[in-house]
Amino acid sequence: MDKFTTLTGIAAPMPLVNIDTDMIIPKQFLKTIKRSGLGVNLFDEMRYTQDGQEIADFVLNKPQYRKAQILVAGDNFGCGSSREHAPWALLDFGIRCVISTSFADIFYNNCFKNGILPVVLPPETVEILMKDAEKGENARITVDLENQTVTASDGQSFAFEVDAFKKHCLLNGLDDIGLTMEKASAIDAFEKKNASLHPWA
Amino acid sequence: MTAPRTLYDKIWDDHVVDTSEDGTCILYIDRHLVHEVTSPQAFEGLRMAGRKVRAPEKTIAVPDHNVPTTLDRANAATMTEDSRIQVEALDKNAKDFGINYYPVSDVRQGIVHIVGPEQGWTLPGMTVVCGDSHTATHGAFGALAHGIGTSEVEHVLATQTLIQKKSKNMKVEITGSLRPGVTAKDITLSVIGATGTAGGTGYVIEYCGQAIRELSMEGRMTVCNMAIEGGARAGLIAPDEKTFAYVMGRPHAPKGAKWEAALAYWKTLFTDEGAHFDKVVTLKGEDIAPVVTWGTSPEDVLPITGTVPAASDFHGGKVEAAQRSLDYMGLTPGMKLTDIKIDTVFIGSCTNGRIEDLRAAAAILKGKKIKDGMRAMVVPGSGLVRAQAEEEGLAQIFLDAGFEWRLAGCSMCLAMNPDQLSPGERCAATSNRNFEGRQGRGGRTHLMSPAMAAAAAITGHLTDVREMMAQA
Repeated sequence: MDKFTTLTGIAAPMPLVNIDTDMIIPKQFLKTIKRSGLGVNLFDEMRYTQDGQEIADFVLNKPQYRKAQILVAGDNFGCGSSREHAPWALLDFGIRCVISTSFADIFYNNCFKNGILPVVLPPETVEILMKDAEKGENARITVDLENQTVTASDGQSFAFEVDAFKKHCLLNGLDDIGLTMEKASAIDAFEKKNASLHPWA
Repeated sequence: MTAPRTLYDKIWDDHVVDTSEDGTCILYIDRHLVHEVTSPQAFEGLRMAGRKVRAPEKTIAVPDHNVPTTLDRANAATMTEDSRIQVEALDKNAKDFGINYYPVSDVRQGIVHIVGPEQGWTLPGMTVVCGDSHTATHGAFGALAHGIGTSEVEHVLATQTLIQKKSKNMKVEITGSLRPGVTAKDITLSVIGATGTAGGTGYVIEYCGQAIRELSMEGRMTVCNMAIEGGARAGLIAPDEKTFAYVMGRPHAPKGAKWEAALAYWKTLFTDEGAHFDKVVTLKGEDIAPVVTWGTSPEDVLPITGTVPAASDFHGGKVEAAQRSLDYMGLTPGMKLTDIKIDTVFIGSCTNGRIEDLRAAAAILKGKKIKDGMRAMVVPGSGLVRAQAEEEGLAQIFLDAGFEWRLAGCSMCLAMNPDQLSPGERCAATSNRNFEGRQGRGGRTHLMSPAMAAAAAITGHLTDVREMMAQA
């Protein structure tokens, strides 16, 4: 997994609420056994017509947002299906950070496993950043994970909260399976105890 | 004397392997369910790292999402090549890693969330995960069950644990009894209608109250199945005599002395008097009507007696979303919901593909015919549900009414298989998501109970099933 430290980039505005993972990556693209290559189909049904032509007014098709690395999105982003293909598709497109007022639980966790930082901020702050994002490529937003701040193009800075463990893993690009395996003796001990307490499990 | 605990607190406490200073826990996983779509990358990850599956005996796999449900599915040509590759990858991974497996050819194959309980893998007090958001279904047994992403699937395969922080406790109480024609599906949709799709974010819900107690295990699974649609990590219902009766004798349920020991433990799985809930929602059972969804979010719920809303009825970001839904769904504000004509009926899915759901639909359809030109299908949740429905004569009722009687799978719930809607086609569906394109690009989905879907199949438009019951 790639580290996430600081990022300064173009932010694309997607004010729609309840953007679900079926919108982010429709089911026909889940028939892959790989993690890569999904960026071209990110937001497929919003981004292309049925015969594969780009829909000009979809935000990521506009010239100023084609290289966006940040999304500023409406409430409850990533709801629905648990498909990790959603963060894989975002990452493959080049999105490394999504800012919203809230995220669905599974999507939120999936982001951290893939080097994407989901940032939760209050509605009034997201509104300021949404307006900033609407200015296009000249309005670059900076996200600093170490210091837990988002800075708008005019220099206004906002603090955000993030879980300490998740932050640590993202800052260092750590594989958490390896971390858990270091606790193998605790898992062994739990299984031993559980085998006598709950033998049916 | 320990402080009073919720059911969630108790299950959580009994599965903590390790707690870090910041409260991050390693949580032990008792059952890991696996399907073909969200697992190939996880198994590939294990291979690349030279890791094994830590507890193959606690890992259960079944292909369901991609699998065709037509009777000729043994013919490989019924599957697209990419679907076939995914199913074959699961065949191979199950074999290579030695996990429990129900292949497509097995009569016990079906939707993973129907097979788990049916085979007795899901038991009260367990932690159950699967790379599928509808894992919440298993909460009906008083198990802590939730969906995970593929990276977490790999983590569980390798370590039989998950890294977790505890969620908050939310209580959803349904008081009193349901009125005739109102079902578990109407409860769970009404709760989402009341709380919104983000209302449960950060919480584990415990459903309780008389109306929940009065539900069968099938109904409880329907309620918990859609906890995720309300944003919750999981939904739970405390186990009781109905739970124990359902579990007893199933292939992987404990037997003999182990059963007695398990039962004694299961009887301690309830929320203590005075335990703290961070959020409480109460609905009166008698106030719940048969409901349908009108929009493209599961929170877009209205009683069938209602009318299509206008975008201006909403506030904030929901105004734009509601207008987008109305445009997508091709609906005009003010029209009666019962005037909405439909082309397709889908009865099935992990929400409503169990025997009781088929009985409820068949009770409405008995001796009747579906509307001319209607495409209607029943897709049982498992091969065993299908066999039981045939034995009970339900299959014949569906066939006589004009329904297709399919083999088990996820089918049109997510249309990763040949069962799809065409653009503009409108479907009365017993599944769980009415998202844009969910059942096929441009397809329009109205969610409802099996009885309501059966009623719509007969009349050709959304219908109040209570009127049809009054006629019978």
